[in-house]
This record gives sequence, structure tokens and C-alpha cells, in this order.
Amino acid sequence: MKRLLSLLMVLVLVTMNGVSLVSCSDGEEQSQEEKVSPSAGIDLSDKEKVVNVYNWGEYIAPGDDGGMDVLAEFEKTTGIKVNYTTFETNEELYNVLKNSNSSYDVIIPSDYMIARLQREGMLEKLDFNNIPNYKNIDERFRTGTYDETGEYTVPYTWGFVALVYNTKMIDGDELSGFADLWNPDYKNQVLMFNNSRDALAIAMQVCDPPIDPGKDSFTAEDIERATDKLVELKECGSLKRYVMDQVFTEMEGSQAGLATYYAGDIATMLDNNEDLDYIIPEEGSNLFVDALCIPTCCKHKKNAEIFIDFMCDPEVAAENANYIYYGTPNKAALELMDEEYTDFELVNPPAEYIDKCYAFTELDDKTYSLMQENFIKACTGKASPGSIWTVIAILSLIVAGTIVVLILNIRRGIKNRGRINKL
Amino acid sequence: MKSKKPSIPYLGWMLVFTIVPLLMVLYYAFTDDTGAFTMENFTNVADYSHIFLYSLYVALISTLICLVLAYPVSYSISRCSERKQSIIVMFLMVPMWMNFLLRVYAWVLILQSYGPLDTMLQFFGIHLKLIGNTGAIIVGMVYEFLPFMILPLHAVMSKIDDSLIEAAQDLGCSGVYVFRKVIFPLSIPGIISGVTMVFVPTASTFLVAQYLGGDQLMIGDVIERVFQFNHNTGSAIALVLMVVILGFLVFMNRFGDKEAVGR
Repeated sequence: MKRLLSLLMVLVLVTMNGVSLVSCSDGEEQSQEEKVSPSAGIDLSDKEKVVNVYNWGEYIAPGDDGGMDVLAEFEKTTGIKVNYTTFETNEELYNVLKNSNSSYDVIIPSDYMIARLQREGMLEKLDFNNIPNYKNIDERFRTGTYDETGEYTVPYTWGFVALVYNTKMIDGDELSGFADLWNPDYKNQVLMFNNSRDALAIAMQVCDPPIDPGKDSFTAEDIERATDKLVELKECGSLKRYVMDQVFTEMEGSQAGLATYYAGDIATMLDNNEDLDYIIPEEGSNLFVDALCIPTCCKHKKNAEIFIDFMCDPEVAAENANYIYYGTPNKAALELMDEEYTDFELVNPPAEYIDKCYAFTELDDKTYSLMQENFIKACTGKASPGSIWTVIAILSLIVAGTIVVLILNIRRGIKNRGRINKL
Repeated sequence: MKSKKPSIPYLGWMLVFTIVPLLMVLYYAFTDDTGAFTMENFTNVADYSHIFLYSLYVALISTLICLVLAYPVSYSISRCSERKQSIIVMFLMVPMWMNFLLRVYAWVLILQSYGPLDTMLQFFGIHLKLIGNTGAIIVGMVYEFLPFMILPLHAVMSKIDDSLIEAAQDLGCSGVYVFRKVIFPLSIPGIISGVTMVFVPTASTFLVAQYLGGDQLMIGDVIERVFQFNHNTGSAIALVLMVVILGFLVFMNRFGDKEAVGR
């Protein structure tokens, strides 16, 4: 009885702790917002010659191999010191902005995260008078689902999803687009994205009639149809595995014949295995954009705009594009680049192709978790009624067996006690 | 009455890190995301029933292979001198000094197409798909968990007194009879703990199937993925797996009791 009581106490304590923790963090968020908003208007640019930049890792030309060290060059020309930090995922960036007191002046999130930050009022409008080099940016990228009016962002890089195949295993003439992933002739050869958003988007494109993966929301029926299409990928026998980073070892080591992945990464794979070649899917594909923005926690807005302007300078943008090897939205920079880059469809596809592409929008949590759930079901395949009943049978056997064993044990215990008493 | 005080630190540990999490799994499994009671999570589990059966099948086969491999080896080791025994046991442990994931990855490198094994077999004109199937998963599982079968078997067998075997032989038992009447019954507790220590982790482990298997996942992988966005269904799957394993343990213990007492 005592033990039970103490257990209960601990439980109560733990749950209370949980509750109070939650409420604490809520409170913190609120107080932060209060803290941030008044300071947002203050611009210390004239007093402090500093700009705090938060970027992806390896996402700016570092100046080795005789190229330009972009950050050093910026400091030299403008006299503004750069505090440069990097993040690994959009979610990490979001958490830092939301839950810490650190202040950044320039951030470079991806499209769907920009939409989220903007919706939550965490981005500042840009003053384009301070960014004259904005004229170099291709009109096509100035607005998008991530920034309908183009008031908050200056595109930095972009990329899309393409197909990579091994010429020794698959005849490139047979390939035209995503629908070929479902070709049963490529038995156990196909690698598919191991994340719900990318995989279901491709399935939606291949569905008949196709569903637009760039919609701002999906009905349960849309998701259901796309899931069925993915299940087909498994059932037709072409699928080898769902992978993310493992795609590099699989394709570079000639373990699989055909894969779909991000174009910039396919360029890396082509460098490492001569047998590989690429196809740009005829259906169009997901176009993603990373853009320079200024968050509301910014304390040096003018410096930030000078920095953004510097990044749009044709020469600087060309250096960056050459290093990162993603697409550049900077038209003037493209003119400065050599043919090896401009003729390479994986970083500079024809404009007609870009028109066919779509960008992801930020989905509400419910739709997103429905997609994740359905994706797992597509990965595991459909359960047959036989297997369901077998599991139920096993479970009931176990429960019945356990009860029988327990009863037997108790009876034996009673008997034994009797024996001891007799003795 | 023995003093219970020395076990208090562990009991505290168990309460906080075993009992409370278990209760939380129970709570999550029977509630939805608003906290209201529901059985819906268990109907979701039905979608993964074939994965359950597949995992149990893989675990069963791996455990049997481990047992068949480990039993004779453990017996041979247990008949060596004590010095030798400790050296051999140490060598059995050597692979476990390396990280679990590295060992699985080493298997990927060995089994992959154009890998060393594949090249060798192709040289002899044999064309096989060595990776991306159930066989590869079982090979990986057996490799991972074989020491867990050998160690308990060895521990129990090394306690079998040589004089018992000699006595049986003196009384005219043939080799087979000595095994059936003396060695096997005395080694049963070792078999039970070995089988438990292999079956339970193979049924629930994850990553092995992701690396060595093809498009087939195991229940551990499913739990890991479902948990990322839905704690409730994830808990329900984990709970069903726990019940299955619990049933297995009860069965093994019952079986062991009878065997040990009955003969």
C-alpha cells in the first residue's frame, strides 16, 4: 500500500512537472515576443559596424582554390564586420529564432520555412532602395508561394528534383520522366526519396489524373491516391529502397540503376561515377528556393541590406554559384559564368522547364502528419486480412496462455503452502 | 529476511526510467492527441500487422540459427581448461567492442553487388543477389546477436560437472544418450536465457533491416518512424510488441520450469 502511494506521488509529481514545464515555455515565448518587438525598430547600424549572418553550412564561397573569399571581400569593401554562423536544417533555424535571445540580421531559409516565418510575423520588409543590385535578380524568382509580393526576400540559390541513372544498367533513351520509376522492367533498381513530402509529390505527379503537388492544401483523397500510387511502386517490383543520403553510396557504387534526387547533388554523383547520367523529368518537378531575409530580431537592418546587396553583385553571385553549384537567380552573374556551368542543365535548365516546376507551400500540421502516416503505409505495403487475423490470434493466445499460467502458478503456490504447513 | 536497502538505488532508477516510461506508453496508447480515451490507435496498428509477422518470423529464424551455431561451440568451450575458456570468451567479445552500426555497415560493404563476396561468387559463375532481402537481414541479426547466445550457454555448460558425464558413461550410456539424459537437460536454463536474449532484441531492433534489407521494414523501424509524428499510434504499436514479447517470455519460463523439474 505504501509503495503504491509513493508510486502515485511520483507520477503526480512527474505529470505536474511536465505541465509546469509546458506552461513555462509558453510564458517564455510570450515574454520573448514582447522583448523582441520593441527592439525590432531600433537600428544600430550607424553605431556598430557589424552584421550577423545565419546561413547553411558550406553555402558561401570560402576563397580557397584561388576564388574570392566573399566574407573577407565584404568586410574590406564596406568596413562592416561579419559574424557568420551556420545551421543544418530549416527547423534548427526556426527554433533558434523562436526560442533564443540571439539576434541575427540576415538569414537564408528555404521556401516553405520563409512562408512559415512570414505568416508568424517574424520577417521584416526589405527596403529595396538600399539593394540596388536587386535588378540583377531574375523576375521569375522574385515572387513565389514563399513570398507572394516579393517584399520580404531576395532569392539566393535555387534547385529542383531530377533523375539520375546508371548507363550500364538502364538505357537512357527509354527514360523520359518520373513515370519511368514505375517501370516493372527495372526490377529492384529504383531508389525513391525517403521523406513523405518529396515522395508523395512525385507520386501525385504520376497519378492519373495528376494532382498538383504545389497546392496549398491536400484533401485526404489526394493523399490517399498518391499513397496508392507509391504502394504500386513497391508492388510492381521496380523499387529497391527508400533512401536519403544513402543514395550517394548506392548510385556512386553502381548498386542501383535509377534514382530521383536533388539536381545539385546529382551533379556531385556524376563527378564521382562516370557511368552515371541524368534526365530532367518531362513532368516538371519540385523547385526549391533559398532566399536572403531579414528577421524581426534584427538590430542592424541597414548593414543587413548592404550585405544582401553585396551578395547580389554579379561577380560575388558568380563566385558563390561556382562554389555551391546550385542554380543562381542572378541574371548578371550567369553572363559572367563559364560554359561548363551555363550549359549544364542540372544547374541551369531551360526556362520552359522551370515553368513546369512547382514550389512547395507550407502545409498545416494535420495535413502534414496525415502525409507522413500514409508515407509509412506506402513503405510497409498493405496488410492483408490474413495477417491481421493472425496477429489477433497470436495476441489472444498470449493473453489466454498468460492467464492459464498465472492460475496454475497460484494453484501450485496454494498447494505448496499446504504441504509446508503439513510438514 | 534479507536487507532490501542495497537495492534502493536501482529501484529508484527503475521507477524513474522503466516504470514511469512504461506507464506513459500505456497512457499514450489509449488516448488521442487531446488526451481523451480511444481505441483508435489499436485499429491503426492493424495496418502494420504483416510487419509484425515478418519481424517475428525473422526473429524466430535468427534465433534458431544462433542456437544451432552456438550450442556445439559453447559445449566445446566449456570442456576446455579454465584459462583457455576465458581467452576464447574474450575473443568472442571482440566484435562487440566495435559500434553496432559500423558492424552492420561492414556487412553492407561485404554483401553489396560488386563487393568482395559477389566478385568471388561471380568468378565461379554464381550470380546471386546477396543484399536487400530477408536472408541478408537474418545474416546481420545472427552476426549481431550470436555472442548473446553463446555467453549464457557457455556459463551454464561450464558448470556441468565432468563426473556426471563420466558416471553416465560408466553406466553404459552411448554418446547420444549422455547428451539426451545429462548434457541437454542440464543446459536448458542456458538455452532459455540465450533464446530470450536473442529473440527479444531481434524482434524489436531497428536499422539492421534499413541497411541490409530491401524495401521491407521491420517493426522497430516502423515504431521509430511513426513516433516522429504520432506518439499515440507509436505507443500502441510498441505496446502490442511488448505484449507479444511478454507472452514469449512467459511461455519460455513455463517451458523451462517443466523441463527442469519434470526430469
